[in-house]
Amino acid sequence: MSDITFAPRAPDQEISGESLLTRLVLIACALVFLGLFLFLPLISVFAEAFKRGWEAYLAALADPDAASAIWLTLYVAAIAVPFNIIVGVAAAWAVAKFEFKGKSLLVSLIDLPFSVSPVVAGLSYMLLFGAQGYFGPWLKAHDLAIVFAVPGIVIATIFVTFPFVARELIPHMQALGTDDEEAALTLGASAWRTFFTITLPNVKWSLLYGVLLCNARAMGEFGAVAVVSGKIRGVTTTIPTQIEILYNEYNGAAAFALASLLAALALVTLVLKTFLEWRYADAIAASTHR
Amino acid sequence: MSLAASTRWRQPSILPGFGLAFGTTLTALCLIVLIPLTALMLRAAGAGWADIVAIASSPRTLAALRLSFGAALIAALVNTVFGLLIAWILVRYEFPGRRLIDAAVDLPFALPTAVAGISLSAIYAPNGWVGSFANQLGFQIAYTPLGVMVALIFIGLPFVVRSVQPVLAESERSIEEAAALLGASRLRTVFRVILPAVAPAVLTGFVLAFARAVGEYGSVIFIAGNIPMVSEIAPLLIVIKLEQFDYAGAAVIGMMMLIVSFVMILVLNLVQAWGRERLGHV
Repeated sequence: MSDITFAPRAPDQEISGESLLTRLVLIACALVFLGLFLFLPLISVFAEAFKRGWEAYLAALADPDAASAIWLTLYVAAIAVPFNIIVGVAAAWAVAKFEFKGKSLLVSLIDLPFSVSPVVAGLSYMLLFGAQGYFGPWLKAHDLAIVFAVPGIVIATIFVTFPFVARELIPHMQALGTDDEEAALTLGASAWRTFFTITLPNVKWSLLYGVLLCNARAMGEFGAVAVVSGKIRGVTTTIPTQIEILYNEYNGAAAFALASLLAALALVTLVLKTFLEWRYADAIAASTHR
Repeated sequence: MSLAASTRWRQPSILPGFGLAFGTTLTALCLIVLIPLTALMLRAAGAGWADIVAIASSPRTLAALRLSFGAALIAALVNTVFGLLIAWILVRYEFPGRRLIDAAVDLPFALPTAVAGISLSAIYAPNGWVGSFANQLGFQIAYTPLGVMVALIFIGLPFVVRSVQPVLAESERSIEEAAALLGASRLRTVFRVILPAVAPAVLTGFVLAFARAVGEYGSVIFIAGNIPMVSEIAPLLIVIKLEQFDYAGAAVIGMMMLIVSFVMILVLNLVQAWGRERLGHV
């Protein structure tokens, strides 16, 4: 009996599900929302950047202050990202390969910079190294500058990008376990050789994934850098802070020209990220990326 | 003796390098994160109770905190509804451009906040693509608290989508089919079967979006107009106080925001524990 009842149902027809109309309405709602809040802002960056044509665009990028902001952004990322790779790999090794008390507290502390406002991070450095800060007088006496100078920008950038590499590596290394390393050590490989020939190649794709996200944030950080840099034109302005200066001077075209560089970086990051997720889905943890 | 102590603290392993890795991590963590945040707490506490209360309860501080929390809450709620919708269509429906949209959802993570800020204010300003429509309808988006919400919706958009998506993808369609065969309407199935199953993931995404939005600075300041008492967010007030060399004032507001961050982390852990207890994952 039951066979007869169910037989006419086409194999692709679902027992439960929404009607075609409901589906279309839901998809349309989502697309309108994404259009307003996601795609329109992205398109407008490039539309505004090229509003006055190629020549104005190139002139805005060739401006000495813009050029120096681009260099400083690259310079800061070139220090902050390798620093966070080393610390992130060390943190992942300690957390993923060993069992010790207080591990979950350590992981929470590594994640802490994600929850702290970048402005609060910048403020903390001002209170340590600023003129009225705890180390301010000592730094001044020794003719050293951290805030309103490049070192402060580097440290603030390290703060906001601190968790990225560790976050991607920890779940992957935990999933891999310690069997491979134990085998290598038992066969007589040295500790460093085991690390460089076994551990690192095993996690290279999730490491690359973490580095990608870390770099995007490092080059685009605004709040923390704005607070500690003092935004001295041509000296301590990175691309994001230079964008703010230009925008506040009603030089929208130049601001959007610089912004288009960072938007292009974001697009490249997304493309590489999507490629890594698609190609190496097993290696990259399905955690909620933030 | 020291060996016994160290084995109690961590389980023995034949793998080398624990001391080096742990030491590097802890040193960097202290220098970059913990000592600066402690300095902030000390500086705020050093202001004394009377000053702390005066700064924290001044009308301008209260207005800024109300805006930061209120706008973050509304933005997180909007993102919860639409995040659920986006996750649903990405997991359950097949339509042209689905993969492109799936990838694009992460754009707010990748696009620097200053870039988002200037492009949002260009679009939602009275002469912008969307702002001019709103103007004809008689209201303004940019340079009002509405503008703050728009920016916070943008930066919080991926959180709910990305936390709900994997849970929806793993959920058993057969349970929904059972509900349908037992006579439940589709709407009833959605509210009684599907939503309860994804609730912990939705709540996780909501808390993440809210926590991010409360502390957000870069994308907001361009679109907010930054009118004191009206559209001035708490992080901006910190920056203004710093520029006026009012370090104690900045430290007190900074400490209040830091406490909120700690509460958010606690809430997040509770939500995730609840999810694990209920469903065995999240």
